[in-house]
Amino acid sequence: MHILGIETSCDETAAAIVREDGTILSSLVLSQLKEHAAFGGVVPEIAARAHLDHLHTLIEAALSDAGLGYDDLDGVAATCGPGLIGGVLVGMMAGKAIAAAKNIPFIAVNHLEGHALTPRLTDGIEFPYLLLLVSGGHTQLLVAEGPGQYKRWGTTLDDACGECFDKSAKLMGLPYPGGPNLEKIAAACAAPQKALERFPLPRPMAHRKELDFSFSGLKTAVRTHVYALPKGDLDAADVADLAYAFQTAVAEILAERTGKALEKFLEDYTPAKASLVVSGGVAANQTIRAALDELAAQKGVTLYAPPLNLCSDNAAMIAWAGLERLRAGHSDGFDFKARPRWPLDPDAEPKHGAGVKA
Amino acid sequence: MEIHSHSEADTQEAAQALAKKIKAGDVLALHGDLGMGKSVFARALIRALIEKPDEEVPSPTFTLVQTYDSAQGPLYHFDCYRIEDPEEIYELGWEEALESGIIILEWPSRIAGILPTRRLDITLAPLHNNPEHRLITINRVE
Repeated sequence: MHILGIETSCDETAAAIVREDGTILSSLVLSQLKEHAAFGGVVPEIAARAHLDHLHTLIEAALSDAGLGYDDLDGVAATCGPGLIGGVLVGMMAGKAIAAAKNIPFIAVNHLEGHALTPRLTDGIEFPYLLLLVSGGHTQLLVAEGPGQYKRWGTTLDDACGECFDKSAKLMGLPYPGGPNLEKIAAACAAPQKALERFPLPRPMAHRKELDFSFSGLKTAVRTHVYALPKGDLDAADVADLAYAFQTAVAEILAERTGKALEKFLEDYTPAKASLVVSGGVAANQTIRAALDELAAQKGVTLYAPPLNLCSDNAAMIAWAGLERLRAGHSDGFDFKARPRWPLDPDAEPKHGAGVKA
Repeated sequence: MEIHSHSEADTQEAAQALAKKIKAGDVLALHGDLGMGKSVFARALIRALIEKPDEEVPSPTFTLVQTYDSAQGPLYHFDCYRIEDPEEIYELGWEEALESGIIILEWPSRIAGILPTRRLDITLAPLHNNPEHRLITINRVE
């Protein structure tokens, strides 16, 4: 069985073919293609029009890389939300059109479910597992119980973790992309302990019973420290110290919140083999990975972190989520409507963020 | 109008008071540096306008726009932080939003050239050299 996956819900246009046994036959992400000039040079970002211009060529390239034609497909999975509605519509309609023309099942995939199921594609792990999803757009703690079955235990009440990284890096005068540059300069911090004393930062939400996150206050604290430094160009050593203190704070916050969730997970589910999964671009940060490694070792669980190309937005995860749903007996009608907002756990209580601080 | 805010709660109160004066067709441009509390202000304003004090109001930085339903019509929370070319805003349903709804706009300077001339400018700035204090200025531009 071969499934075509299509992803157009935000910045990326992506297409991939995944085989039933989890082999990724092809996975193309437009912005990552060196030769994307061949596709017209424009990376879609927010433009639905650009998704439209590139998607068809990208799907054909994914098929050709896999050595397949449209007739070899057994289903089409497309991201139908959450995301920017213009982009989502482009991918969803393309998916429906192929499925209709070839008379094969269409599967409407929730983008977040793509991320949530990735560790089953990469490591074949069993349900249930605890998932920490940390990216530029999301910060969530979820329990994956099965395809389409999730419990959201925690989410950010304000900024996403990756957004906090990027904006704090910007406050420190670091160039784009903020996250990796902040990590780089933090490594140059000469006296870590001194840096932590010099730039105290809050740990919002620490030790609260709920499993939510808050990053806005951390960003504001970074701002206060930056403005207290001598005016003009920032001294590289000062930035290294502040970046180190910031990264330490984020790693501690993530480990503390995830640790609390792990305790609850072990208690509620008593799994035979407990797995913790970290996914999303922020998981590429080595200090954060180390903090989570330590946590997993402490609690006696196995930590899985899918490789970065499958952690960031891609279509292989969408094809895989489609496969899992199809195998569980789900497919969707051509009347499926795109959903700009689509929580993985529709029963989750809305979160009231304002005013919630450390 | 100038408001001296001494806490996040003060900033939220100012937003809630402003919400009572907002009607369909209003464009609210939120100015201020990173970490000044624009999102705190926007979140309180949105919750007051949609009359749901517990609604999740995620940061729109990544998704660029979030939409809500208010009694006054659709409510659009735009964030231009990631926009590079002002023209990109049209891809986000900007014209439809102008026609039919209330717009709350963060980082309006990114689309300075196409910002409507009739709007409310709301600026959050430091105050008293105290990291918690903010000077909130609200100006109606005609």
